Amino acid sequence: MKIIWIIARKELQSFFDSLIAYIILVLFLGFSGFFTWLYVSDIFLIKQATLRGFFNISYWTLFFFIPALTMRMIAEEKKTGTIELLLTKPITDRQLVLGKFLAAMILIVISLACTFPYVLTVSKLGNLDNGGTICGYLGLLLMSASYISLGLYASSLTGNQIIAFLITLFSGLFLHLLFDVFSQGLSGFLAEMFSYLSLQNHFESISRGVIDTKDLVYFGSLIFLGLFLTEISLSKRKTAG
Amino acid sequence: MDIKIQHLTKRYGSTRAVDNISFEVHTGEIVGFLGPNGAGKTTTMKMITNYLLPDEGEILIDGKSMAEHADELKRHIGYLPENNPLYTDMPVIDYLDYCARLQGIKTEEIPGRIREMVVICGLNSEKHKKIGELSKGYRQRVGLAQAMIHNPSILILDEPTSGLDPNQIIEIRKLIRELGKEKTVILSTHILPEVEATCDRILIISNGKLVADGTSESLRKQAQGQEVYTVRIEDGDANEIFRALQNLPTVGLVDFADRSMNKFEIQSRPGVSSRREVFNLCVSRRWVITEMIPVEKKLEEIFRTLTVN
Repeated sequence: MKIIWIIARKELQSFFDSLIAYIILVLFLGFSGFFTWLYVSDIFLIKQATLRGFFNISYWTLFFFIPALTMRMIAEEKKTGTIELLLTKPITDRQLVLGKFLAAMILIVISLACTFPYVLTVSKLGNLDNGGTICGYLGLLLMSASYISLGLYASSLTGNQIIAFLITLFSGLFLHLLFDVFSQGLSGFLAEMFSYLSLQNHFESISRGVIDTKDLVYFGSLIFLGLFLTEISLSKRKTAG
Repeated sequence: MDIKIQHLTKRYGSTRAVDNISFEVHTGEIVGFLGPNGAGKTTTMKMITNYLLPDEGEILIDGKSMAEHADELKRHIGYLPENNPLYTDMPVIDYLDYCARLQGIKTEEIPGRIREMVVICGLNSEKHKKIGELSKGYRQRVGLAQAMIHNPSILILDEPTSGLDPNQIIEIRKLIRELGKEKTVILSTHILPEVEATCDRILIISNGKLVADGTSESLRKQAQGQEVYTVRIEDGDANEIFRALQNLPTVGLVDFADRSMNKFEIQSRPGVSSRREVFNLCVSRRWVITEMIPVEKKLEEIFRTLTVN
């Protein structure tokens, strides 16, 4: 556990040292703030004290930012060879993966925590549904965790950051949008399967304020699968021939 | 700690990068891996550090198998990988701190260890710079500092002096010699004088196979075959001396090394030494030997004969 934290802390430090963290924070807050407060169906137009608009915007901004965040995390270490330095120290492949995951997760939590003034403002303006808000944030966190683990896996596959970014984005697009589109175009078992695979459905169901075990299992398995595959892909170096 | 390598084999596709290598290294020994590029030195080192798993064979450290006790054994190894990868955007001190923490050094001991490494590796003037701003020589020192920060009993150094200037090379060699007194050190290089200067023992690897194992003297002897030396014999006619030498039973070949100076190159017959007979001959004829210099095969030649073909 201590090792995981040491790795996570170093990763966070390099996020902030390399300005990536600031860029992500500014862009995330900028986009989500702009669309929540100023543009199209902003809060003043729909005249409801709800953060649904903010959650829907964040659902998309995070989708784009997370691959940018995770793409370098393992790919760069592979490219520069520092991965060899790390993995010959007394740490396991799993600790490395979890440390990196934790670092990205903390950055997302920081970004989301920065939107807390929105909650305060809206709750002053009207009667905010507290349960719904908490669930909305929970949905965003679970979604972020899923994409981070997917992003780490993509990053572990290649030494090229751009490729890692694109793999994450394209495979994420299926979860994010396309599976839902498929399920609407199909019927019967396939429709049901795609509808279950669609991350969008699960996110919506949670952010609506319903925490269903089905959704938690979905996100849990997605995160687990991503991290598990990352670990496998890292340890493949040992036996690759 | 002792390292015992048994029948190590690693395949990349159909080629055997490392082919059935066995050797032992003991505490207080500095062993040099010598071989042309692509001979399997780095792959062997990567297996010893558990970055790669061998396809066959076993690595035993103090009798414990690396495959089974990796987490415990890795603690005792300090490793400087090939090309010395570093986090270029980290300051030297932060980097050493990170490495120390990953090695599980107690928090209160870390500043002391870092100070010690900064002194030993001569990093004092550069310690607050980012690694990316350092020259290659200083980066190499950071790499060494990183490998030694947890005071490991085994040091694996892949080309520790590459990219250093001659002064730095001498310093680093001195440092390695110093460390080698109480640690087990394996270093790889393709610079021959380096192994002669630093290593107690030399392992020559070629095409994944171990082709020689021994001290530089024993390797020389092995590759030498017949005794060869030059003599300068004065107070006599060159042609007469030449004929007399030729007739000695232990002398195989005589050649003029320098006719005007009465210098001859003599090659003895296999397995025997002709130096005494040459001396006796000269005494009986009242000739004077003013020089007798054994011709040693250089390590370069041994290396070439062993690795080329």
